[in-house]
Amino acid sequence: MTATTAPSATTGQAPPPRRGIRHVPTGVWVVILSAVLLLSIVFAVTLGPADIRPTEVWGSILGHLGLDPTALGGDVLSPLRDGIVWELRMPRVLTAAAVGAGLALSGTVMQAITRNPLADPYLLGLSAGASLGAVAVILLGVGLLLPIAAFAGALTALLATLLLAGAAGTLTPTRTVLAGLAVSAFFGALTSLVIFWSATGDTYREILSWLLGSLSGAGWPAVAISVGALLVVGMPLMLTGRTLDAFAFGDNAASALGIGVNSARWLLLTATALLTGAMVAVSGSIGFVGLILPHAVRLVAGQRNRVVLPLSALAGAIFLIWIDTGARTLFDPRELPVGILTAVVGAPVFALLLLRARRIR
Amino acid sequence: MTRTAHGLGDAVSITPAALAASRLSFARDGRLVIDGVDVDLPVGSFGAAIGPNGAGKSTLLQLLVGTLPVDSGAVLFDGADLLALRRRDRARMVALSEQHGDGDTGLRVNDVVMLGRTPHIGRWASEGPSDRQVVADALSAVGMSAFADRPFDTLSGGERQRVQLARALAQQPRLLLLDEPTNHLDVRAQLSLLSLVRAQTAAGITAVAALHDLNIAAAYADAVIVLSDGKVVAAGPAASVLTGELIGDVYGVRADVLRHPRTGRPLIAFDTT
Repeated sequence: MTATTAPSATTGQAPPPRRGIRHVPTGVWVVILSAVLLLSIVFAVTLGPADIRPTEVWGSILGHLGLDPTALGGDVLSPLRDGIVWELRMPRVLTAAAVGAGLALSGTVMQAITRNPLADPYLLGLSAGASLGAVAVILLGVGLLLPIAAFAGALTALLATLLLAGAAGTLTPTRTVLAGLAVSAFFGALTSLVIFWSATGDTYREILSWLLGSLSGAGWPAVAISVGALLVVGMPLMLTGRTLDAFAFGDNAASALGIGVNSARWLLLTATALLTGAMVAVSGSIGFVGLILPHAVRLVAGQRNRVVLPLSALAGAIFLIWIDTGARTLFDPRELPVGILTAVVGAPVFALLLLRARRIR
Repeated sequence: MTRTAHGLGDAVSITPAALAASRLSFARDGRLVIDGVDVDLPVGSFGAAIGPNGAGKSTLLQLLVGTLPVDSGAVLFDGADLLALRRRDRARMVALSEQHGDGDTGLRVNDVVMLGRTPHIGRWASEGPSDRQVVADALSAVGMSAFADRPFDTLSGGERQRVQLARALAQQPRLLLLDEPTNHLDVRAQLSLLSLVRAQTAAGITAVAALHDLNIAAAYADAVIVLSDGKVVAAGPAASVLTGELIGDVYGVRADVLRHPRTGRPLIAFDTT
């Protein structure tokens, strides 16, 4: 008795979503998005108070790589214009790209490993923890320690969230989000307290732009930190898709598939804390990138984390480049903190996700 | 198993037990959930673990697959010490199919079954044509090939359970563990799932299922292990183990055990008066 008649009557609750798009091979997506990313970097650099042509950006890049700009179709720039491109705009755009990629990657990993579609560095308290560490360091006047303090804060907040969520049994999605809220609120309150007691005019401004998330101060050191973290921590994370997928049916199932569940979870979450800490250190706490980008990618490319991870990173980079470009040009000469714009764009997208996703319970 | 020369009385087991778990114990919160349990099953047989809620059926399966650590005891499979194996190596020998009523994933059926290849694929490598073939074979073995591209969470309960079975089969296990595979399924889905398991045991896989339905256990299992309060109270062929007296002792209900008119297997009629 082999009951192999295709039983379709009981299963028709949702049509198979957009087969055509989902069957575009991952490699094609990676190539397309990489091309868009490169173009985004070049064009975002051209935008701003001083008009710069794309060929000038190209020429500046070639020049700084030690190549002859004119031979490869780039323009030669005056030192002033080269300074605008290379010292002001390029590091900022590259930092935006790295931060966007890092936050989107962190979000993807956290969503998979906590089996919680709402998980992201912001909601689970990592950003709040990193902010507390950073604000404390700014006020103490030891800015050099900022990345370390941000990482320590992120890790502490993550530990607090996970211990709180897991204290009374298993890490359910709901408990994780509620614990993240509690930890965020607590660290946020501590940050406010620290600011209230010790901030003065100058540091106050610095801290505020920090808490709202801003890339305005990003120079080459910020590029080194953010791109460095992306290469050292983010790249290996991108290859963990199969492990993350194994968590799709819970810890037990992952363990039965040969995954060392506890070590994998701690390793991956520590890596996300490290990545988030580095990103928060250069950009302040920027919300919603880690939350909405992975979901947007899943809508078009499916749920496999091996695919979602690299595509989220690329999409996050492109997204934050353009959001930050908007933040610095839309209300010229005033500049918006980029975190305000990601929230303005992200919150409605998040609401849309809530409305249409039946998986979010 | 070492047998001494003078132990001639026991030396009848010429075919060695494929699955030999001995003196398994496991305590949770200071309470023994599994208390000195032995399991012996020959190769290619289908064992059913039955018993009331909380008797330790699921926990026993978790101990056998190594997702819970035993406090004491050993699990041998064809002479290999399963619990001493590395997790990944063990996952190539033993697969566990659980209940996943929630099915909280948008993965496609094909991807879900591909998860079963996890222990076979290098950590940084991607799947090859042979893995895809194994997945296709597993899906066809459970009659779900036509569903390969469907999101898992759009399937019915019976379909999900068959996909979970296919995922377990894609691990190419020699020992297949099933935790209440027929819960929440309609009769037809229950029978079809257990026929699929039988087909696998006929092909040489050894299977152990935790089952609630005594008639299902009696109809399909070669051997029945009756658990109560973490202890084995009886074990052996269904026909000799499932008696009205035992069911009364273990479940606290009265039942008559009849013979199935077609298969000759035990048929349990509960006294509902």
